[in-house]
Amino acid sequence: MSILINKDTKVITQGITGQTGLFHTKGALDYGTQMVGGVTPGKGGTNVDITLENGDTKSLPVFNSVREAVDATGATVSVIYVPPAFAADSILEAVEAELDLVICITEGIPVLDMVRVKRYMEGKNTRLIGPNCPGVITPDEIKIGIMPGYIHKKGHVGVVSRSGTLTYEAVHQLSTRGIGQSTAVGIGGDPVKGSEFIDILSLFNEDPDTYAVIMIGEIGGTAEEEAAEWIKANMTKPVVGFIGGATAPPGKRMGHAGAIISGGKGTAAEKISTLEACGIKVAPTPSDMGSTLVSVLEEQGLLEKCKTH
Amino acid sequence: MNIHEYQGKEVLKQYGVLVPEGKVAFTVDEAVEAAKQLGTSVVVVKAQIHAGGRGKAGGVKVAKNLDEVRAYASEILGKVLVTHQTGPEGKEVKRLLIEQGCDIKKEYYVGVVVDRATGCVVMMASEEGGMDIEEVAEHSPEKILKEVIDPAVGLLPFQAQRLAYAINIPKELVRKTVQFMTALYTAFVDKDCSIAEINPLVVTGDGNVMALDAKLNFDSNALFRHKDILALRDLEEEDEKEIEASKYDLSYIALDGNIGCMVNGAGLAMATMDIIKHFGGEPANFLDVGGGATKEKVTEAFKILLSDANVKGIFVNIFGGIMRCDVIAEGVVAAARELGLERPLVVRLEGTNVELGKKILNESGLNLVAADSMSDGAQKIVALVK
Repeated sequence: MSILINKDTKVITQGITGQTGLFHTKGALDYGTQMVGGVTPGKGGTNVDITLENGDTKSLPVFNSVREAVDATGATVSVIYVPPAFAADSILEAVEAELDLVICITEGIPVLDMVRVKRYMEGKNTRLIGPNCPGVITPDEIKIGIMPGYIHKKGHVGVVSRSGTLTYEAVHQLSTRGIGQSTAVGIGGDPVKGSEFIDILSLFNEDPDTYAVIMIGEIGGTAEEEAAEWIKANMTKPVVGFIGGATAPPGKRMGHAGAIISGGKGTAAEKISTLEACGIKVAPTPSDMGSTLVSVLEEQGLLEKCKTH
Repeated sequence: MNIHEYQGKEVLKQYGVLVPEGKVAFTVDEAVEAAKQLGTSVVVVKAQIHAGGRGKAGGVKVAKNLDEVRAYASEILGKVLVTHQTGPEGKEVKRLLIEQGCDIKKEYYVGVVVDRATGCVVMMASEEGGMDIEEVAEHSPEKILKEVIDPAVGLLPFQAQRLAYAINIPKELVRKTVQFMTALYTAFVDKDCSIAEINPLVVTGDGNVMALDAKLNFDSNALFRHKDILALRDLEEEDEKEIEASKYDLSYIALDGNIGCMVNGAGLAMATMDIIKHFGGEPANFLDVGGGATKEKVTEAFKILLSDANVKGIFVNIFGGIMRCDVIAEGVVAAARELGLERPLVVRLEGTNVELGKKILNESGLNLVAADSMSDGAQKIVALVK
């Protein structure tokens, strides 16, 4: 089991004929993802031929609209690699086509575009991950996004993170310790986004194959604090945390639009103390994410169950 | 992106927000000429820098005649203002706003921000105008009123009215205040602001509702559709190295320490700063080369680090995903060859093509130290710069 996506999930790429979209569609196919088509307005009716690592060629149909692509392929998930100026519209189109899940990789979408997107999605059944995120991977089954697949190992630890490369770092630390992952989800570094920590934590909580979770946050906002309170009240599985940006100066945007301390709020110190007060062990440095999780698994007698080799 | 107060007021004016008449001046003579043209008995001489707290630092003076305008303009132009937002090094004043004085009856606060908790734009208002709003938020949060705005319909008149009454705007001026707030919201959305702060908003003796100050901050992700706003950028207010980095689409922020960092990914870059500090070092910068950097981009990034005299050593920390380790290695080698490398360099590579990357570094003949984890690298560079 896993959350959000598995080996049976059928996926389309929005922006499939762009350089980035094509590159990562190939990466997904190489990993074994069921990519079934793509959307690029104006290129409907054509095909893209992708040569895979194993030498095979895969031909994917391109459609003018998401609705057409869904009708023709039966896809339930889309991944978006559309440039930032048009990405919000692409999300809305995917929501209108009633996909189950939309994963938006695009970085740099204007925040007010996302405000409108969130409003439009209210009451709709589509779930959005991102934007400005690495995507979602269920190891050995399916990879949707830009993460390097080979660092992952199939297993029982859920990973949820606001940062891309920091997720890779955590996954790498887990895999090298023989701890596999059930699903790794990057929720993205923007201030207004589709899914928050709590949305993903509640899925991990209900997934029988996830035994523990690692949550990677960063400065800015109060999502980590809210997640910590939620974990204390609802989570039946151990959660370990890390918060990036303890040394970031106030008022400076640390790369991610969402990573900024403003008005004295959103500091790492505040987040870490809330997490700890809610019973979540926090890794003291980014190098200790894996070892901190291992120590908690040991305490809880879960280490052997989580070892995948 | 920040702009100056006088520019912010010009933007707001286009939307019908009432602001005092004013003119920008770059020299003392221009300041006096501006005051003459304004023709009022009292004018205000205001330092234009991208930071708040100017008044307390001596950057805002009320002049009662042209001689005083000349005296204050000479005093403030070229002065280095140190406020709670500039850092200890302060900021040099290069522009002045010469503005008509106005008869202030009472000062209020109005601010507009994107609230991440609700995912909506929120308008805030307070009766405690003219004060540091962060202090008000801390000591008497009940004095800040908020309205969450539905993007589908915008700020509704009843919401603006509710705010106006809640902050005790005189009854006869509520209608003008609602107009003011509506115009402010429209400007915010239309120009993709991330912050619009009017502190103070004033009601005047002649029965007007005006923005006496204006702080506008724009969403840098949306500047592609606002060429007029982009034209207002004042490069002199920004760090030189940050400007250089932005030319190459690198995310760079200068800090006070002596260990230069080059990392891929914002989260990992932040975490790298943290771990350097954890082991007793001080990072000189935040630098994210991004996910898909080319060799040229890496070279430019490395040059920016080397151009900083405060940098006593460099830590390269890369987790290659899309970013290949061999590309990073080639960029580092090219930059070091071009500029010479006399300072210690610690490199930690992990991820895609890591072996190839390490090979390129090893065969380069560069004097560098390899690290096999983040903490190993951080400890090594901290020891080397001590």
